[in-house]
Amino acid sequence: MIYAIASGKGGTGKTTVTASLAVLWDRPVMAVDLDVEEPNLHLFLHPELTGEEPALMEVPVVDTARCTLCGQCAAFCQFKALSVMGKTLLIFPEMCHGCGGCQLVCPEKALSPGGRELGQIVSGHFRTDHVGSGRPEDAPFLMGRLRVGEAMSPPLMRQVKARLPESGAADILIDSPPGVSCPAVNAVMDADVIVLVTEPTPFGLHDFRLAVEAFRPLGKPLGAVINRAGIGDTSVQDFCRAEGIPVWAQIPFNRAVAEAYSRGEVVARAVPELRAVMLALMAQMQGAAAASKKQEADHA
Amino acid sequence: MTGIIAVTSEGPGMESMVDPRFGRAAGFVVVDLATMAVSYVDNGGSQAMAQGAGIQAAENVARAGAGVILSGFVGPKAFQALAAGGIQVIQDVEGMTVGQAVDKYKRGELTTADAPNAPAGGHKG
Amino acid sequence: MREIVVISGKGGTGKTSITAAFAHLASLQGGAMICDLDVDAPDLHLLLGPKHFEEHEFRSGFEAVIDQETCVACGMCVDLCRYGAVRKPSWDDFAGYGIDPLRCEGCKVCVQFCPAGAIGFTEKHCGQWYASDTRFGPMIHAQLFPGEENSGRLVALLKKEARTRAEALGLGLVLCDGAPGIGCPVISSLSGASQAVIVTEPTPSGRHDLERVADLCRHFRIPAAVIINKFDLNLQNTADIEAYCLDQGHALLGLLPHDEVVVRAMVQAKCVTELPDTPFSQALRSIWEQLASLEPRAARPALFHSTPTA
Repeated sequence: MIYAIASGKGGTGKTTVTASLAVLWDRPVMAVDLDVEEPNLHLFLHPELTGEEPALMEVPVVDTARCTLCGQCAAFCQFKALSVMGKTLLIFPEMCHGCGGCQLVCPEKALSPGGRELGQIVSGHFRTDHVGSGRPEDAPFLMGRLRVGEAMSPPLMRQVKARLPESGAADILIDSPPGVSCPAVNAVMDADVIVLVTEPTPFGLHDFRLAVEAFRPLGKPLGAVINRAGIGDTSVQDFCRAEGIPVWAQIPFNRAVAEAYSRGEVVARAVPELRAVMLALMAQMQGAAAASKKQEADHA
Repeated sequence: MTGIIAVTSEGPGMESMVDPRFGRAAGFVVVDLATMAVSYVDNGGSQAMAQGAGIQAAENVARAGAGVILSGFVGPKAFQALAAGGIQVIQDVEGMTVGQAVDKYKRGELTTADAPNAPAGGHKG
Repeated sequence: MREIVVISGKGGTGKTSITAAFAHLASLQGGAMICDLDVDAPDLHLLLGPKHFEEHEFRSGFEAVIDQETCVACGMCVDLCRYGAVRKPSWDDFAGYGIDPLRCEGCKVCVQFCPAGAIGFTEKHCGQWYASDTRFGPMIHAQLFPGEENSGRLVALLKKEARTRAEALGLGLVLCDGAPGIGCPVISSLSGASQAVIVTEPTPSGRHDLERVADLCRHFRIPAAVIINKFDLNLQNTADIEAYCLDQGHALLGLLPHDEVVVRAMVQAKCVTELPDTPFSQALRSIWEQLASLEPRAARPALFHSTPTA
C-alpha cells in the first residue's frame, strides 16, 4: 500500500508525521521523500545512506554529420529546446521536457537520446523503533534531491517513483511536497491513501480546502490530521465534518513537541504521549486502505 | 557605414525608448545603415511564451537579417543563440532612445560583449 | 523603485504573517504596492481582505484533447506518451481513449503523430489573477487552479503588473510575499528584486532550506537579509544560523520569539502590528526599520519599464 502524506500549506507537519509513522509502522515499511526541492525527511530519520546516483533526463544530442539544419525539430519543440541559428542546431538541454518528439520528427534520424542531470536519487536505510521486538529494525529509505537552479520537480519525482518496488511487500510512506500545483499532485496521484496534514488556523483551513479540491477528484480515500490542535479555532474541524472528511488524528499543540522538532528528533520518540496518537493514526490509515481494497475487489 | 543593426525597442520608431530587456522586448527597430531605412519587428510572440522567449527573440533578430543587436540585458541562452547566428551583441544600452543608441553605435562608442550580462530569465538550467 | 521579496525556502516559517505586517508598516510611511506571488497556495489575502476591481483569466501552456468522433482507437498515443497521460479504456468503458490533464505535459507528440488527426491542442486556462484594494493599499494577487503547472510565468506577470501600476500610482516600493521552495516560482519571484528577505526558523529543516534558498539568491545576485522566527525554540540553532549569516555576508535583520499572537491575529484577519503590542510585534517593528534603512539598491528599473501589454 502506498500512503501519501501531503498538505496544502507548507509547515503544517507533514515531515514530522511521516517520520513518526515510519519508525512506528508495524509492517515492513519504506520511507520516501518526494519533496525533491526541499527534502527534509532525512534530517529526522537519520538514514544510513548507501547509494547516491545522478538522475538524468533524456535530452536530444545531434549528429552534425546527419543534420541538414532543416529546422523541423525546432519548429516542433514546444519548449524552445532546439533552435537553428546560422549554421548550427543549438540544443538547450535545460529547456527540454524529455518528450522525445524531436527524435521522432527528424527526417534524417540525426537526433539521439543523451542525458541531463536533474538532481540525485539517494537511498539507504533507517532505524525503526522495533529493535529487539522481532519486527524489522531497519527499513529502506529513498529520496530525490533537485539540483539548485533546476526548475522542474516532476521529472525527478517520476524517476524516484520508478524506483519504488513493484512487489508491494512493504508499505510505502511518501513525504510529499506542500501545495497543490503539479509537484504535489505528482506525489499523491499514485498513492492508495492520502493523508492531509493541516493546522487549525485560517491559513491552514484555506490551504486545506485547496488541497481537498485538488486531491478529492483523484478518488482515493482521504483523511485529515490536525496538527497543533488548539492554537486557532475550530473551523478546520467544522469544515471536515461538513465535507465528510474523517479526522484521523489531532495532535495537540505542545511546545515540547516544537522544541523536539527543532532538535531534529522524531517527535513520537521524544514526546511519549504522541506515540499513542501516531499508532491510532496508523490504524486509521491501514483501515482506510483495507476498506478501499475490499471495495475494489467487490466491484471487480 | 553598412550593415543591418537591430535595437530592442518599446515602440516602432527611432524616437522610441530602448527596451532594456532582450527576450521579452516589445520589439526590434531594424536599421539598414547604408540607407538608414528603418523597419520594426514585433516581438509580442516571444513575450507570450512561458519559456524560451530569449531564444525566440534571437530567431526573430536573425530572420530580420541583422548582424548586430543593441540591447540592455541579454540572458545566457539568448546570448548563445545570437552568437551561433553570428550576430554581435552590444548590451548595457538603456535609458536612451533608439535613435541615440544608433548614433552612439555609428560613432564607435559602444563595445561588443563577449559574455551575457544578465542571469537566465524565464527558465533556469 | 524598490522591490522587496519575502521568501522562506521552507513553508510555515511565518513569511506571510510577516509580509502582511510589513505592508501595514509601509502604509504608514508612504505606502507600497503589495503583491502575493505564492500563486499555488496564496494566504496573504486572508489578512489583508482585498476587494478586487479587476479579474483576469490566466492562460498558459497547452494540453492535448482527444476528439472521440475522429479517434480510431489504435492506441498509438499510449505508446508515444512519455508521461503516462493517455487513459486506455477497459473493455466495458464507453468513454474511449482520453488524456489526463494532470499528467499531460503539453509536448504535442500525440497530436503530431496521431494517424487519424484526432487530437487537438488547446491553450489551458490555468488560473485567475486580480487587481485589488486593501486597507493598506493596492494589491496584485492570483490563484492557480489546483494541479496546474506553476511555471513561474504567472508570477512574472504579477510582478510586471505590480511594478507598472506602482509606477503609475507614484509608489516607490513593491512588497512581495514570495513563493515557497527553490523551484521555478521562487526563481521567478526573485527576478529583478532589489532585496530578498529570508524568513527562517531554528530547526534542521529551517536551516537546511535557508541554505538552499540563500544559494539561489546568490546565484541571481540578489542581496539576502535574514529573519529568524521562533528563535526561542532552540537557542543553539539560532546561534548557529546567526554565525552562518555572518559568515556568508547576509544581513541579520532580527530575531522574533515564538508567540501565539501570530495565530490570534490570523484568526481575526488582522496583522500582528494591528493588535496591542507584544514583544513579537515590537521586534517586528524594529526589523522593519532595519529593512527600510538597508542600503537601497534600486531594482534594475529599466527591466520593467512600462510596455503596452500584448
